[in-house]
Amino acid sequence: MAECTIPTLSTLDVVEQKSVLPSGYRAAMGDLKALDLKAPTLELIRRASSRLPQDVIDALVQGRDAEEEGSRAFNTLNDMVKNILLADGHVTPLCQDTGTIIFWVRHPFGLSQRRAKAQIREAVVEATQCVWLRPNCVESLTGKNTGNNMDPFHEGHPVVHFEEWEKPEIEVAIMLKGGGCENVGAQYRLPDVTIGAGRDIGGVRKAIIDAVVKAQGQGCSPGILGVAIGGDRVTSYEKSKEVILRKLGTPNPDPKLDQFEKDITNDLNTLGIGPMGYGGKTTVLGVLVEEMFRHPASFFVSISYMCWSSRRRVMTIGAGGHVSFD
Amino acid sequence: MAQTCLTTPISESDVRHLKVGDEVLLNGKLVLSRDMGHKYMKENHPEWLKPILKDMVIYHCGPVVRKNEDGSWTFVAAGPTTSIREEPYEADVLDTYQVRGVIGKGGMGKKTSDGLVKTGAVYFHATGGAGSLLAERVKRVVDVHMLEEFGSPEAFWVIEVEDFPVVVTMDSHGGSLHEVVLAQSQERARALTS
Repeated sequence: MAECTIPTLSTLDVVEQKSVLPSGYRAAMGDLKALDLKAPTLELIRRASSRLPQDVIDALVQGRDAEEEGSRAFNTLNDMVKNILLADGHVTPLCQDTGTIIFWVRHPFGLSQRRAKAQIREAVVEATQCVWLRPNCVESLTGKNTGNNMDPFHEGHPVVHFEEWEKPEIEVAIMLKGGGCENVGAQYRLPDVTIGAGRDIGGVRKAIIDAVVKAQGQGCSPGILGVAIGGDRVTSYEKSKEVILRKLGTPNPDPKLDQFEKDITNDLNTLGIGPMGYGGKTTVLGVLVEEMFRHPASFFVSISYMCWSSRRRVMTIGAGGHVSFD
Repeated sequence: MAQTCLTTPISESDVRHLKVGDEVLLNGKLVLSRDMGHKYMKENHPEWLKPILKDMVIYHCGPVVRKNEDGSWTFVAAGPTTSIREEPYEADVLDTYQVRGVIGKGGMGKKTSDGLVKTGAVYFHATGGAGSLLAERVKRVVDVHMLEEFGSPEAFWVIEVEDFPVVVTMDSHGGSLHEVVLAQSQERARALTS
């Protein structure tokens, strides 16, 4: 009888006790010029690095329970669950590869993006000192590590996307995207005769299957796929990452794509690649798709592969300054 | 499938007995090396690494480490990194330094497989992403080399582990679980898309 681990993360109370934010903390939302995002962002990073979202845990447990008990696939998925509990309990990184650090900030009118970016960068430096992040930013040609996750040339890393919106609150989403899974992402230009993929949903399906077969276990399967249909090369890849922020199990707003996501997930799980490529029924935890515009001549399908340790969190700072995390 | 305990240094005959699918608990010292270390070994042939690596196991890992107040180090997260990036170097490294095993994830290619057969070594697979779980099996950081030059994720860390869980997915007889799973999944993909 294999030892099963019940996937319960520490209660929210415990998480709050370990927070870097003082009890009753309120951000200065009344005066956006005086607002400092550093402390809330540090807390966001701490949670993202050490606590996996519940929907991902549920999907891993569901995958484990679909495998034959005692099989390598079952035991591997069970080890993943154990790892989640350990990292949460110790407040240490789930994975030593704390990834490329990507933020999406949505904010009301009046916030200085230049100042906000500087504050977010300070939080990343401090999180690296706290060993919640590995120093993961090096010069491309020499490999020299800057040691603090700051881009040695410009301000490209951490990656920060900004968007102004109508709402009075600020939302900051974070994704820590490991290098192993980033390396198995792929972009297809349809039609693609090498895989027999035409310019339609059937062609999109073939591209996805091809990418997953090529990835095998190298992206730390079972993975979560973000798929963008359309766009130009850059916006397409960018969107394929952003869609991974959507919770597993939430429906695609487009009913046709929702059905497609369910069907392709089932198909991919018949490939037999399994957790870590050991073989098994759990090759992907989910597929998240979004349709974009495209130039009439272009038809890109961009696929971002997220490892099973899908570290993402969303922080909301309400109009009254209250900070909450999801 | 057999579960074996092995302690480094490992003899060639012990390694030759291992087969694809064997589950192994490793004990003793491991030497961490990844992209920069492998390039350096192939291009510079550092002699000083020979006694450190002989009959030892290389671990493809870029750890998260904490420096303690007394100057010692603690591994905080230490799962495997993707091994295929070392494909251009690994067979030469195995041969030059007489290494008996490599731990990583995702498996490696034909060149490394041939190298495992020639040198008498195996590829051990560890669970990717299990950074906390595997760091718990690291009992002590023994030494570190090239930390200044390479940075902490790329340095040659020498660690002592206890019951470090791995699976043989490529053996010294040419067997590879990765080849089998790849072929089966390609066949299934053809059926799905035809």
